[in-house]
Amino acid sequence: MSTPVSTTGLPPAAFALAAHAVEATGVGKVFTTRAGAVTALEDVHLTIGAGEFVALIGPSGCGKSTLLRLIADLDTPTSGELTVFGRSPRAAREAQDYGIAFQQAGLLPWRSVRANIELPLELHGVGRSGRTVRSTELLELVGLTEFAGHFPHQLSGGMQQRVAIARSLAEQPSLLLMDEPFGALDEMTRERMQTELVRICAESRAAVVFVTHSIPEAVFLADRVVVMSPRPGRIAEVVPITLTRDAAGRDEDLREDATFFAAVTRVREALHGDGHVRAARGVDVR
Amino acid sequence: MRAVTVALRQWAPPLVLGLAFLLAWQALVVGAEIKPYLLPSPTAIGTQLALVAPLVWTSALATGANVLVGIVLGTAVAIVAAVAAARSGVVDELMSPTAAAVSVMPIVALAPVLNTMFGTTSTTPRRLIVAIVVFAPVFVTTLRGLRQVQPVHRDLMRAYAASPRQLSRLVTIPGALPYLFTGLRIASSTAVISAVVAEYFGGLQNGLGSRITSAAANSAYARAWAFVLGAIALGLVFYLATLALERAAARRTGG
Ligand SMILES: Nc1ncnc2c1ncn2[C@@H]1O[C@H](COP(=O)(O)OP(=O)(O)OP(=O)(O)O)[C@@H](O)[C@H]1O
Ligand SMILES: [Mg+2]
Repeated sequence: MSTPVSTTGLPPAAFALAAHAVEATGVGKVFTTRAGAVTALEDVHLTIGAGEFVALIGPSGCGKSTLLRLIADLDTPTSGELTVFGRSPRAAREAQDYGIAFQQAGLLPWRSVRANIELPLELHGVGRSGRTVRSTELLELVGLTEFAGHFPHQLSGGMQQRVAIARSLAEQPSLLLMDEPFGALDEMTRERMQTELVRICAESRAAVVFVTHSIPEAVFLADRVVVMSPRPGRIAEVVPITLTRDAAGRDEDLREDATFFAAVTRVREALHGDGHVRAARGVDVR
Repeated sequence: MRAVTVALRQWAPPLVLGLAFLLAWQALVVGAEIKPYLLPSPTAIGTQLALVAPLVWTSALATGANVLVGIVLGTAVAIVAAVAAARSGVVDELMSPTAAAVSVMPIVALAPVLNTMFGTTSTTPRRLIVAIVVFAPVFVTTLRGLRQVQPVHRDLMRAYAASPRQLSRLVTIPGALPYLFTGLRIASSTAVISAVVAEYFGGLQNGLGSRITSAAANSAYARAWAFVLGAIALGLVFYLATLALERAAARRTGG
């Protein structure tokens, strides 16, 4: 981000804020249930720059999905300040600043694969020809061109998840929220989708908040890996990833690189806390 | 060749059973010399059916039209009521007990009242009765369907800032369609029964129910049975049609 020239009369602080995709200051979330209060998140401080790729990793139930839902304005924080592109999450949602892929694919079963991908475009008034052009590109991208006319129940779980990913990319959002989108994919498709995602984000300059259970995946994709700890959910450590990348982004050789393994080890240690190995439930440490 | 054997294996047992049943019936009526007003023989009914076939056909059309109009009317009202009830708690509190009351209302009690209200030369009372009978099951199942929106779909539409209208059009209503058609299938048999029974209470003499009563009144028992067969066929047609709709709707949603 270059320094903005003040022509709109906004104070410089507003521009500084607008430069960040997400800014969380002391964010907390307490769910009040019949069984009592559950503190899902506590005192979360996190700033995600525009175009930055941040992976969230942590044991099951540490509040990763909750944090994503707060950013998406599907839930509201019970404490702290949260802004998305310098405005309230609600305003950002209404302005359609982000695309989202949920932990479940969440496709509409009565719509074809193509119509599912086109849903956000249809909701926001994109014409039929524009939708067809875009969905054709996206079908190609996720490798489902032959399945355009199929219905979700005719696809495997991994294929459904790819449709959901294509849908989240439909409007080329400046912020992508993804909750374990590759969880249901086989290893080969997963690696291909990871490479594609890196390329898409490099091209579109989109910021990404990416929840995962896989340490290698987090390291391969992210500029920073945010390691969370449970009960109450909080940020345990933020591991910056500095991998030697070529001009076209990260290529396949990287997965074999020594710096890659060094980063994996650092995230693993952060997850297990202070070097001693504690069982981090639900985390895939392959 | 294979298709033929498969079809044979599927259709032969019920056909053989039906034939055996008819033979036993015929043997019983002839052998025990049962009086026709108690039970006419299948051959007597068959002869009558061949004789009055055109009349059975036009009567079935007249009754079928009443059923169709009644189903469309009752379903339309039920859908509007269910959408309103799904939107507002007050409407729900008003409508759900009403639907329960309507569902236990005896059509036998209602038919004479409606006949005097609308006059005996009108098809309106019969169609209204069908509509009333159809309303309750369709309302209940449609309302359940409208309430079945998956949380992930709700989140998705919220994330994309969809308007309430878009939510209804793209998620809630398509999701409720299989439920609606299940209600319709359940309602279809009672709709035909009600349309036929409503004709037992006077009024126009053009439907299957009227023909059955007048044939019975004239001691033409075999002819009455011929019209009963027509009523059974009509019930089957409506049942199979709504079943096909239900299957198609379920297939579209992967159910
Ligand atoms: N709607 C809710 N009502 C009550 N408690 C909730 C709700 N949503 C989440 N929680 C609680 O908040 C905590 C964090 O849940 P969350 O779904 O964010 O975990 P997660 O890190 O995404 O886990 P996973 O990796 O298994 O998806 C859990 O203890 C959960 O029980
Ligand atoms: Mg989760």
